[in-house]
Amino acid sequence: MGALEEIKSETQVVGLANLETFSNTLQALAENDKHIIVVTSDSRGSGKLVPFGAKFPEQLIEIGIAEQNLVGVAAGIASTGKKVFAVSPACFLTARSFEQIKNDVAYSDNPVNLIGISAGVSYGALGSTHHSLHDFAALRAVNNLIIAAPADNFETEQAIKQAAALDKPVYLRFGKKNMPHLPSTAERTFEFGKGREVLRGEDLVIIATGEAVYPALEAAERLHSGYQLQSSVVSMHTIKPLDYDLLAKVAQKGVPIITVEEHSIYGGLGEACASFLMENGFNNKFKIIGIPDEYTVTGSQNDIFNHYGISGEGITQVALTLLK
Amino acid sequence: MTERELKRKSVEYRKKILKYIYGAKAGHTGGSLSCIDILNVLYNSVLNVSPEDFDSPDRDRYIQSKGHCVEALYVVLADKGFFPEADLETLCKYQSHYIGHPTRKVHGVEQNTGALGHGLSLSVGNAIAARLDRKSYRVFTLLGDGELPEGSNWEAALTASHYKLDNLCAIIDHNKLQISGRTIDVCNTDPIDKKFESFGWAVREVDGHDHRQLREAFDSLPFEPDKPSLIIAHTVKGKGISYMEGQLKWHHGVPGEDQYRAAQLELDEVMETI
Repeated sequence: MGALEEIKSETQVVGLANLETFSNTLQALAENDKHIIVVTSDSRGSGKLVPFGAKFPEQLIEIGIAEQNLVGVAAGIASTGKKVFAVSPACFLTARSFEQIKNDVAYSDNPVNLIGISAGVSYGALGSTHHSLHDFAALRAVNNLIIAAPADNFETEQAIKQAAALDKPVYLRFGKKNMPHLPSTAERTFEFGKGREVLRGEDLVIIATGEAVYPALEAAERLHSGYQLQSSVVSMHTIKPLDYDLLAKVAQKGVPIITVEEHSIYGGLGEACASFLMENGFNNKFKIIGIPDEYTVTGSQNDIFNHYGISGEGITQVALTLLK
Repeated sequence: MTERELKRKSVEYRKKILKYIYGAKAGHTGGSLSCIDILNVLYNSVLNVSPEDFDSPDRDRYIQSKGHCVEALYVVLADKGFFPEADLETLCKYQSHYIGHPTRKVHGVEQNTGALGHGLSLSVGNAIAARLDRKSYRVFTLLGDGELPEGSNWEAALTASHYKLDNLCAIIDHNKLQISGRTIDVCNTDPIDKKFESFGWAVREVDGHDHRQLREAFDSLPFEPDKPSLIIAHTVKGKGISYMEGQLKWHHGVPGEDQYRAAQLELDEVMETI
């Protein structure tokens, strides 16, 4: 079965939530490594880390609801050589603790893995206090921090394993809903800073990140079955450092480029791509899809995605407009 | 180190703090002078840190939360041989590693600090790691009294007592002045002892310029088993320079030429009496 048939298939196997893949992967790592330390802010339940805590009680440090201290303590532990995962909802982790991330993690080069759970609009109708639509923008301006949003279980597992092995500050964010697997035809390689072209086509390029990658694939399927258009779809899991080589490669096709992200249209994947393209002389037609600068509509994650066009249908319509 | 040696060190350190602040035309003079006796006793009588073993996982940790008083730290680290003292002639100059707050680019500095209210959380992290690794090193952090309103301090204070971190000692350089006035007027944090005690800490108060009192306090750590220890060190901002003592403008005032010479003269005269 080709990639597009996989997306369309009603028998498609949906994977775990990336959150669950994260906790499973971490637990597997901790089986052989007592230096894996999890630090939580009353978030072990929402982080699916209750089994981890039961199995490795010494390796889970509970801070309580105090995110600034969560990150500061995590940095202090990491500075002694341990592989620390500071786990908290992305909304709180990246806003309440921003200064601790900037100074105690990034600037001091303490290799904390900051894990933003239930990221973007995963909390849906709980509203803006619980959404993280600012995290890419805020953290991109912080020196010495890898920023990534894995799309599916494979990317999540790889990201966690590589973050654990990497002696550098990392921010990972993902959601809590079950995620479809990206097409099995895509190369099974993952490396921070290297985007994955999970679908290849010559008419259009869609660059997406995190949970917005699958809607991009759905759009590619619609554009193919409805309009005989061939799209490239890139899972740009790493927002920083951005894969400029891949960007240049896909931009050289000269076709329209659409970026899609579960983030404000300001300061995230789209603007990062735009600045690279403009500074390097590319003048492809270009559109950023994300959450606009307004009070986010109330609804589930799916409702919000559909409302703002982070969907197969929404992306298809933008593509058709650009291709006119 | 004998009490006389410590006293002479403090005078020497004060002279150097002034020298390098005067050279840089920048620095936090008053606070560096108020905390220097604490650093003197720590580095010369308490901490098991040295330039040779600074990467040892067993070393004691010292994290300076009141990072702006970095001149005191740099002068002591240079004296301990972490780097050539002449490096300090580049303090705050273009492309120097010796910036106006602690940085790990300088050998001997544990953490990059400067934003206030960060040192205690970092120290709690170090102290938890010591427990996890079954190591006996201790963690010391110096806080300013002006940074106590930062909420993160109180978050960290809770965690320290929750985990019974009696391998952690915080020292408050209680000079009672901050940039815009008396701490009691800016945001009254008194009674500091009762607040920390109610957070589960064991607290002692000392004269922060009395080396014997400081050493006795450090020698009796932890003050209570299973509790983090706090030393409230009563100090004088600008200590040692009569025209600076207790004067707000010396928070980050830099002496002019005449003032600089008068200060060095005053310290020379003190040195002759020790």
